[in-house]
This record gives sequence, structure tokens and C-alpha cells, in this order.
Amino acid sequence: MGTSVLTVDHLGIATKAGHKVLDDVSLQVRRGEVLALIGASGSGKTTLALAALGHMRPGLEHVGGSVNLNGVDVLKAPHPVLNRLRGRIGAYIAQSAAAAFNPRIRLGDQVVESALLHHSQKSAEARARAREVFRYLSLPSPDRIGSRFPYQVSGGQLQRFMIAMGMQEEPLLMVCDEPTSALDVTTQVEVMRLLKRAIRDNNTAALFVSHDLAVVAQIATRIAVMRAGRIVEVGETDQVVNAPREEYTRELIAACTHLSLASLANRPSRLLTAPATALSVQSIVAGYGNVRGGKPQITTLHGVDLEVGKGEIVAVIGESGSGKTTLARVIAGLHAPASGTVALEGEPLAGLDRERTDGQRRRVQLAVQMADTALNPKHRIRRILGRVLRFFHGLRGDAAEARMVDLLAMVSLPANYLERYPTQLSGGEKQRVNLARALAADPDVLICDEITSALDTIVAGQIIDLVKRLRDELGLAIIFISHDLATVASIADRVTVLRHGRVVEAGECTRVLSAPADPYTRLLVASVPELRRGWLEDAAATRKALEVELEMVRPTVAGWNEQAEMMP
Amino acid sequence: MANIILWRLGATLLILLVVSLLVFWACEILPGDVAQVALGQYATPENVRALRLEMGLDRPAIQRYLEWLVGALQGDWGRSLVTKTPVSSLLSERLANTALLAGVTTLIAVPLAVLLGVVTTMWNGRAFDRAATVSFLALSATPEFLLATLLVLLFAVNLGWLPAVAYLSTGSDFGQTARALLLPTASLVIVVTAQIARMTRAILGSILSQPYIEMAVLKGIPRQRIVGYHALRNAVGPLANVVALNVAYLVSGVVVVETIFAYPGLARLMIDSVQSRDLPVVQACAMIFCATYVVLILLADVLARLFDPHSLAERPTDAL
Repeated sequence: MGTSVLTVDHLGIATKAGHKVLDDVSLQVRRGEVLALIGASGSGKTTLALAALGHMRPGLEHVGGSVNLNGVDVLKAPHPVLNRLRGRIGAYIAQSAAAAFNPRIRLGDQVVESALLHHSQKSAEARARAREVFRYLSLPSPDRIGSRFPYQVSGGQLQRFMIAMGMQEEPLLMVCDEPTSALDVTTQVEVMRLLKRAIRDNNTAALFVSHDLAVVAQIATRIAVMRAGRIVEVGETDQVVNAPREEYTRELIAACTHLSLASLANRPSRLLTAPATALSVQSIVAGYGNVRGGKPQITTLHGVDLEVGKGEIVAVIGESGSGKTTLARVIAGLHAPASGTVALEGEPLAGLDRERTDGQRRRVQLAVQMADTALNPKHRIRRILGRVLRFFHGLRGDAAEARMVDLLAMVSLPANYLERYPTQLSGGEKQRVNLARALAADPDVLICDEITSALDTIVAGQIIDLVKRLRDELGLAIIFISHDLATVASIADRVTVLRHGRVVEAGECTRVLSAPADPYTRLLVASVPELRRGWLEDAAATRKALEVELEMVRPTVAGWNEQAEMMP
Repeated sequence: MANIILWRLGATLLILLVVSLLVFWACEILPGDVAQVALGQYATPENVRALRLEMGLDRPAIQRYLEWLVGALQGDWGRSLVTKTPVSSLLSERLANTALLAGVTTLIAVPLAVLLGVVTTMWNGRAFDRAATVSFLALSATPEFLLATLLVLLFAVNLGWLPAVAYLSTGSDFGQTARALLLPTASLVIVVTAQIARMTRAILGSILSQPYIEMAVLKGIPRQRIVGYHALRNAVGPLANVVALNVAYLVSGVVVVETIFAYPGLARLMIDSVQSRDLPVVQACAMIFCATYVVLILLADVLARLFDPHSLAERPTDAL
């Protein structure tokens, strides 16, 4: 194939403290080629992606090797030279478009800004080009949508603006850093399809960073696997996916297949015959704002029912804005419902936590997605667990100590972790402590709100196994909230699907996910990334076919009210 | 937007009403009788009683409060106990002086400080930035009396270029007024500029760590434009509040500078009146200071909203 656009040669980047972030990394991206970088968080993929454009985050320094972008040594080039390259030769597509657009500047102005500064396009020409790209990316009302501010479009639309911004000056190389990771699965399909088409139609080369092998397999020509700052394996996509050479690659692929719908097939059926009901939720209506006529101003849950038995995992699935987290908060007593009841073994619970008895509060525990923010960084693990034991069980001294060691053992952490601070733990370990904290109360019902979403695939797999073990050993009733069907498929006994605050389908997990009755469930199932080639095209076709049925009519820019696709 | 401003305006009036109650009440509970204070230690009880009747102090507090409030709204703050002249005539002269000093200082200090903040942020880490940052810190930590005294020592005593006191006489022309104002203004400009520049730099610095700034860097936007456009647009809200607090300080908190230069401003009037128990004047000053704070903060919030697209959401698209 053609000439090299990007050549990374024995690159070394380290923190100022001397810790190596990239260690002797070499790779090449040729014209029109998509090279995917995969690896767990902390493997250095983002550092490498940024270095491709000559950018290093504060605290990092260049310790060896070079990065050559279209003939320029970008780590040595002065700023004016870099500014002429960035956007024009190499464009960057950031992970979270929501954070990467300036909230106070109109989207259209941000899209054309580099082109105007580079004098590569005249103002009218740049605007025309932007409108053309908006149309190409199926953004609604392409002639006018550019005058919106970032908060006025949905997450999926914003990510398309990000791609449009990258395409504005027809760069030779697009550096995409997890471009779809922050999106819902169904939106991810659409954005991936557009991105793939854009790269192919313009014969653009791309460096595509992702932690998700299945996503990468749809778009990459070649795949490079990174681990701890080194490249462990590079090869053609088919070779890496089907015949990986390295043990680590095999682990990644195993984790990817472990957490997929395929795992449903080889899962032993585990149907409890009528388990005793632990928690039942009936016709919950909840939302925000003043309640009028039994309905809040903005209603997020419209009469939701849910039942969990002892020793059972019930998954609640849905995309952002479907009301999953509101439901978790209602059950935990953090959000008072406008109407409906939550009952614990038949005994109705008060709407708010503070009106429940200590016993009732103890029996329902919540574990949240961001263990980072849920654990006080200034408290040692001993204090985090100890407080719960003292509060609910009055345990102190040796008894508390023994119980804490038990709890850590339960989540597979050594006893000496009691002395640690949360910042000294990895993401997976923090989530284990977060679970141990919930278990310290000795609950009957455990609500897990997206507990694996912030974790890498392999670590997420371990947490899933832990939750299953806890269910079996402690007979907990678990409500497992997730947007990720693959995770749910590997863990849930029963599934409830939420859309726009309504239950669209509920039933036994294997049945719902293998033979979904509701079109929305069908769309969700089709949107789960699969390793096989051609999955993306199939998923996009399914989406197209279901569009009318699901009333996913694209909003136009005529007024402000029909932003149906927008997230709250 | 208009709704929000009206609503805030209503809230501001309510706050001022509450403040007026507090001010009146605080003067009521002060130990010592106003009549007693006015007549001095050696007054006979008969004289005190007579004066109390004359001043209407025997009537209920609520009635006196309402009369005072209605009067104040019409610009009549009562009579000074010390000079026996209407408070309003005392105020008008002092208010004009304070407005002049605060106004000139604001006009010089605010643009200068924001500019310095932006430039130091652009040149982050360079020699100029480091020198400027240290100077800002040193100057905002220097007590005003020291700064003012040093300025007087240098320019009035040693060099003899400028007058040591800033006495404004009614007949003075522009040149004389300017000369008189130069030293007090300079001291205040230095202090306020250092404060605002430091805050500007801190605000911009925290905005620069946002992901959208990194994105701008990766789009090839030069640093000057990133700081002066991308970051500054997002700094308007917090900056407006910093500026508002500093301007409010210029109106009410500059007693030290006024004293050193013998400048007849409001802050000194307030201190003097407190010492002589001239309560009507104290009340009037307190109300003016509070009103200044509340109105400036209101302006800052409105400005912050004007720069926040969220608050403009009601506008139809086609107008954009």
C-alpha cells in the first residue's frame, strides 16, 4: 500500500517522575489505512494518540524516539508548525464530544474555526463545506443546525459534529480516541457507520483508539494491541481476531466473547422455581419538578413494575434517559416517587430514606457506577467499612475488625487493604471495596447501578463473576442496572427493558435476549457489538428497518420542542 | 431572560428592605440614648427628656422606622446629630467624591487587570509570567497603608511632584483635581489590579484544564486565541463577580486610603459618624454600602447570564 502518513519510531514517553507511559513504541499508518490501538485503560493508548499530533499532556515528557506526521517530526516541531498541521494534516476526534466542545461557542463556528485560521478555506467556502458534511453525516436541518450551542443537540449528534469538525479540512490522518465509547449502543451503531463511511469515501488514514475489540474489528485494517505502554502484537484484523499470537490478546478476545450475547448459548439455564419475593416495585411514577395531578412536571418513570426474588439477579436495561438510575434511586429511598409503592417482603417502604427505619435501610443497599466518587478519598478502607458496621450493627473493636477482614475476603481482597486509601487502589479494586461497603450492612437487596461501566473488559468480567458468587453464597436479591446487554446476558436471571421510563419488555433473560418480542429490545440486541465481520452493516440495517416502528423520527430544527432524540 | 432579570430585581429590593430593617434595628439596640449622646455627659435629665420629645424618640420604633424608610426613599435621611445639617447634603458631597475615586480606579484597574491576567496566562511559565505572578501576590498582600505611605514618601515628600493630601476644594479645576486624585488612585489601582489579575489568572487557569481546551489545541488553535477567546468566553461569569466585589470594596472599604490622603469620601464619613454616634449618618452610609453591593452583584449575575447560551434558550432558532 501507499506511503506512510504517520511513522512512530521507538517512541518513549514518561512521567516527569520517571514512570514509563510509552516504552519503545513503533508503528506506521499508511494512506487510507485504519490502524486500531486496543488495550486496557492505562495502557498508554491515549498518550500515543495525542503524540501522533505532537501533543503531550502536562506532566509527561518525551524520552526517546520520534513521531513523524507527513514528514514533520511533531515532537520537536515548534508550535506554529504544529498549529498548521493540526486539523489540516492530522485531525483529532475526542472521546467525549460533550466535554470536547466549548459550551459557549456555536457548533458551526467551532467546526470551521481551524480552516479559517489556517486560511485553507475562505469563510463562505468553509461554511458551505461544513453544511455539506453535516448533510453527509445525516445531521437534521444541515443548513441551520450549525447555529446551535452544544447543549442544544443530543449526544449522538454532538459526536457527529465532532466527526464533521475532523473532516472539515479533509485531513490525511484522523486520530479517533474512543469516538463512540460515551454513546448508547444504538447510537454507537449509527456513528460508527458514518465514521467508517467517511474514512472510506475520503481515503483518509486513521489511528483508531478503543478498548472494545468488537467495535475495532468492524473498522480496522490492522490492529495493534497495547499493554503497559508497549505494543504486544500488531497484525491484520482477521489474523489478530482469529489467530492471536500473544497470550494477552487471547485474554482480551476471551473477555470480549465472555461478555457477549453468544455467552447466552452456553450458559446453564438457572431458573428458580418461584423464589420468595424479596422486593416488589409497583406502578412507580417519578420525575422532577412540581407534582400536578399525580404527575411530576418532567416524568422519568411512567408506572414501572419490578419484582426480585431471593437469590435472583434481575437486570434493568435501557439507554441513557430511560429512567434506570431514577428507578434505582427510588428503590434506595433517595428519590421520592410521585406515586406507586416499593415493598420489602410485602412490607411497604416509605418514599424517602430518612423516613425508613434503620432496619429497612440496612436491608436495601446501593452500589453505584463511579466507585471513585462514592468512596471518600481521605478515609482509609478501614474507616469506610467500619462506619457501616458501627452504624447498622454497633460493631466495634475486634468484632468489627474480624468482620472487615471477612468482607474483604468476600470480595477477594487481602486484609492489609484495610490500611489503604481509595486512591491507592485500581478501578476494579475500588469497585470491590464499593461492593464490600454495601455488603457490610448485611443487605437482603443489593442494587448495582452500572457498576461495571467504568471498568475495562477483563476487570468488568471479574466483577461480574464476583456479583454472581455473592448471589449464590449470600442468597441476595440483586437488581443489576446496566446499559450493556452483553454484561447483562452473562449475569441476569430475568430482564426488564426500560425505554423512556416505561417497561417495554420483561421476562426470563435467555428468552428476552435470544427471542426479543418488542422492537426496541430487538434493536438493543442487534446493536451489541460482535467480533464477526459485517456485524456493523447488519446492525445498521436492523436499525433502519426498526426506525419507523420505534418512531425514531429525526428531529428537525424548526422549533425547540421536537428534540425527541435529546437526552435530558 | 427579561423574566429572570425582573425576578432578580424584585429579590434585590426585598434584600434591601430586610437590610434597612437590620440597620434600623442595630442602631436601636446600641447602648446609650441618642438624646443623651447628642447632649453629652453633663446634660440634665430634663434637657434629655425635652430633646427626646423633640426628636420623637418616645414614639414606637415601628412608626419611627416607617417614617425613616419613607424619608430615605425620598432622599431625606434626617438631620445629623453633630452638625445639625440634613444628612442628604453631607452625603451628596461625599458620594460624589467616592464615585469619582472609585470610578476612575475601576476604569483603569479592571481593563488593566483582565489584560494582565490574560497575558500572564498566555505566557504561562515564561519569565514575564513568573515575575508578574509574584508581584501580584506581593502587592495584594501589601497593606494599603504601607503602599499609600510609600507613595506619599516618594512622590510627595522626596520628589515633591504631587500633593500629599488629596483635598478637593469646590473651585478647583480639572488639573488640580487630577493632581489631587493621582496618588490615592494609584494606591487603589495597584491593590485592585493585583487582586483582579490574580483571580483572572486563576479562573483562566482552571478553565484551561477543561477537555475542550485540549481539543482546541489539537485543532491547531494558537495559544493566544485559546486563552483570549475559548477560555475568556467561559470566564466572564466568575470574572464579573470578582470585579463586582472589588468595585463594591472601592465604594465602602477604602477608609485607610481616604484617611491617609485626607480624602473626603463616604467610608471616612461612616467611621467618623460611628465615633460621634451620629446615627442618622451611620444608617444612611450603611444603606448606601449595602445597596452598592447588592446592585453590583445583580449586574454581575446579569452579565454572566448574557454570556451563557443556556439562559438564551427561549429564543427561537431562526433569530439566531
